[in-house]
Amino acid sequence: MELITNKVRNSLELIGNSVIEFLDGLGKFTIYFFRLIAWSFRPPYRTKLFFQQVYFIGNKSLFIVALTSTFSGMVMAYQSYLGFSVMNAHTLVGPIVAIGLAKELGPVFSALIVTGRCGAAMAAEIGTMKVTEQIDALEVMGISSIQYLGVPRLWAATISLPMLSMIFLLVGNIGSYMVGVHLLSIEEVKYFAKLRDFMEMSDIYEGLIKAGGFGFMIGLIGTYHGFQVKGGAEGVGKGTNAAVVWGMITVLIADFFLTSILVKLLE
Amino acid sequence: MEYAVECENLIKEFGHDRILKGINIKIPKGKITTILGFSGAGKSTLIKHFLGLLKPTSGKLTILGEDITKLKDIELRDFRKKFGMLFQYAALFDSMTTFENIAFPLREFTKMSEAEIKERVDSLIKDVGLVKESTYKLPSELSGGMRKRVGLARALALKPEIILYDEPTTGLDPITTKMVNDLIYDTNHSNPELTSIIISHDIQATLKISDYIAFLDKGVVIEFCPTAEFKKTTHPTIRKFLDLTAH
Repeated sequence: MELITNKVRNSLELIGNSVIEFLDGLGKFTIYFFRLIAWSFRPPYRTKLFFQQVYFIGNKSLFIVALTSTFSGMVMAYQSYLGFSVMNAHTLVGPIVAIGLAKELGPVFSALIVTGRCGAAMAAEIGTMKVTEQIDALEVMGISSIQYLGVPRLWAATISLPMLSMIFLLVGNIGSYMVGVHLLSIEEVKYFAKLRDFMEMSDIYEGLIKAGGFGFMIGLIGTYHGFQVKGGAEGVGKGTNAAVVWGMITVLIADFFLTSILVKLLE
Repeated sequence: MEYAVECENLIKEFGHDRILKGINIKIPKGKITTILGFSGAGKSTLIKHFLGLLKPTSGKLTILGEDITKLKDIELRDFRKKFGMLFQYAALFDSMTTFENIAFPLREFTKMSEAEIKERVDSLIKDVGLVKESTYKLPSELSGGMRKRVGLARALALKPEIILYDEPTTGLDPITTKMVNDLIYDTNHSNPELTSIIISHDIQATLKISDYIAFLDKGVVIEFCPTAEFKKTTHPTIRKFLDLTAH
């Protein structure tokens, strides 16, 4: 009887601890979010640091975004051609790929790439600064570490993601055009005519807004996990891992909810 | 006597743990005061209160005549400019060169021109005994002793009224340890208004350079007196500490 009681108590303790840990994390994250927003609107505005981060997140991600988008566009064009040609609707390849890239693949793939590349870098850089007391040094000087390190990264990610998403859309469509028109012999005139018929500006707006939202989340999560780092190298590793995992999960979940909202708003 | 720091019954609790159990201490202005104690005695917690990074649960903390427990966050950030701090491992910004590290607080908080900043940085580099060649090196290219010098130059850049040293000689070889201690001594004596507060385990160095010594044990200051008196103390805990660290 005592054994069973102990097991039940241990299980309840385990559940209780997990709930407390979750709520504690949620509380810290919420406080961090509000502090980040509040510091965004307090001078000094660190434009130099902001543009350095735009360069790192945007410009330095260009190659991998372009590479991914080229092949995504090509493979989407090829797969949709195989399906549509059964119904003799292969001229729809252009708009299908373009709308897919504008509304979904562009923002989501760009966000996943940036999470892996920059979300991880944000957490690792801030985490390393924390364990080597560089963040304490900033605070002792009277400089808010959140304003100095968090704010430029947050807004740089928010601004850079829509730009990367647009590049993804453009380059992906070039890939789709090359495969559709030059490899699978879809008539060029019909390819562009269908593109004009079906594609609307709202498709692009939807993708841009989503990309901005994803960028904000990546910046928020990446910097948060950096500031939460404890201990030494192991802590930095865990923080970086958490930034990537939670960044990707958040992007994928938020994609559904943002899509549901934006479809209604842009109708 | 004027005091830089005055603690009155300072108490700090983290949840149910009482870390500082009523600190009473008056640190004189313009002198070198060392806070000694075993690990976990509350030294780091106390120093974080001086910097306004922690708020006491109760008690009064007056620094340079101002009760800092009543300052708001923004006011505290401003107040911290009166402090300089040399961290245990210098805490230099690893993406910046020696010059940029020292120039950082000047660029952040003053309206000095780049020429004036260069002049001030060059003067600080000279004061802390750094060689010219290290000016444009990154922290990763500097030795431990050189990093401490850069850290001290950065801490002195804004001409602080109080400078805090967190374990300044931990992990250094004997020659570099002597060099750092001499640097602390020289810095304090070349700036008569500067108050130096050191947290240390290095009892031998402490006895040589400090004017006053405070001994913290289990969250309470059990001894605070001039160094000469401290050497003669009969307090059993301190005697044990002195005997242990003498070997």
